[in-house]
Amino acid sequence: MERHEMQYQTVHFNLNGEDVERTVDVRASLTDMLRNDFRMTSVKKGCEVGECGACNVLINGEAFNSCIYLAVWAEGKKVRTLEGLLGPNGELSDIQQAFVDEAAIQCGFCSPGFILTAVEILESGREYTDAELRKLLSGHLCRCTGYENILRAVKKTMYKRLGKELPQ
Amino acid sequence: MYDMKALYQAKSVKDAVALRLAHPGAQVIAGGSDVLVQMREGKRAGAELISIQALDEIRGVSLDTDGTLRIGSMTSFSHITRDPLIQTYINVLGEAVDQVGGPQIRNIGTIGGNTCNGVTSADSASTLHAWDAVVELTGPGGVRRQSIQEFYIKAGKVDLREGEIQTAILISKESYENCFGHYIKYAMRNAMDIATLGTSVNVRLSADKKTVERARVAFGVAGPVPLRAGTAERLAAGQPVSLELAEQFAQTVKEDINPRDSWRAAKDFRLHIAVESAKRAFIESVRLAGGVL
Repeated sequence: MERHEMQYQTVHFNLNGEDVERTVDVRASLTDMLRNDFRMTSVKKGCEVGECGACNVLINGEAFNSCIYLAVWAEGKKVRTLEGLLGPNGELSDIQQAFVDEAAIQCGFCSPGFILTAVEILESGREYTDAELRKLLSGHLCRCTGYENILRAVKKTMYKRLGKELPQ
Repeated sequence: MYDMKALYQAKSVKDAVALRLAHPGAQVIAGGSDVLVQMREGKRAGAELISIQALDEIRGVSLDTDGTLRIGSMTSFSHITRDPLIQTYINVLGEAVDQVGGPQIRNIGTIGGNTCNGVTSADSASTLHAWDAVVELTGPGGVRRQSIQEFYIKAGKVDLREGEIQTAILISKESYENCFGHYIKYAMRNAMDIATLGTSVNVRLSADKKTVERARVAFGVAGPVPLRAGTAERLAAGQPVSLELAEQFAQTVKEDINPRDSWRAAKDFRLHIAVESAKRAFIESVRLAGGVL
């Protein structure tokens, strides 16, 4: 059998506000690197073909399934994971608290991915209709909650951040 | 870990061309939402990859000096949808690519990758065919332009020659000026699904909005490659705007399309939705152009 030469490369990027670098195997996905090299275990391995959204992270503010993104592509990028949302003493962010309050979590496997997509939605500073929110959240699979509680958690936080009353 | 033999990362278009010549068996990877998934499934296991991910020079939408709309091949679907030039001149393309996969896939996937796959179901494909898009290819001999119809050779095969990479999709001013279009994706689910049939129609009306000056229609999944329905286009050109015309136009698309039976849908069903989608998309395009039906 043909032997493949191992290829490594050093990647420099910003992870949750901190400049970091790692020498990684070029075959690694961003999920692999975040979990194995940085212990960012909120980044879940689900389908690993970009369908379930469990490995979702923010790259330069946009939601990406990190399972179908090569680790070396993170060079120079700003990467955010769920761990980056916590306060200095581990306090939950508003969107995480809303997921708790609305019981938008059961097993929790899809939650980090969903919450980071919610962060992209919330940081746009726009007000979306329910139909728009459903579409924006459609890249995630949740087998427990039936999605309604998740929608409610995102909607509630959206109105709160916009300083508006949640419509009844 | 992906089962790849080697990864060559291009730093510029010139570099990408050099890498293509140096590694003729290597697969070009843009956003990765197709190539990496195929690799995971074992179809491209052990392949060498040439990554063009870092080529920011072919990202973004701009206008050339002659008014041609230039969409860099590495532009992601979500950036196309949000782009003000796209919204002004070819809004239907932004709407079409806003139906690809789900939100994360639209941040990952690129228009270049979508077209170079040569897949008939690609959500961008029918609209690009219907607007006579031109593909810009850069290779060792310089830049070459080719119509999108000629670019698609057969299912899964496009005219990408030795050492070439696709660098832009171009829409000429003559094509987009005063032109309005609508895309209908028929799929089983509202998200994360592949089109059973994709229909893209656009029209240009006379100044008084009473006559169809030009109508164009293209389908995805109505044949092995995306295709135009020229007979229907010729029938509608120069005709007064009316609901009867919409009906005739829609019925005539059957002359040129050849959908197949597949596990997604039967041929008869695809023919049925092709006619209905063509009619609805025609009516909507006329309405967008300011016509009254």
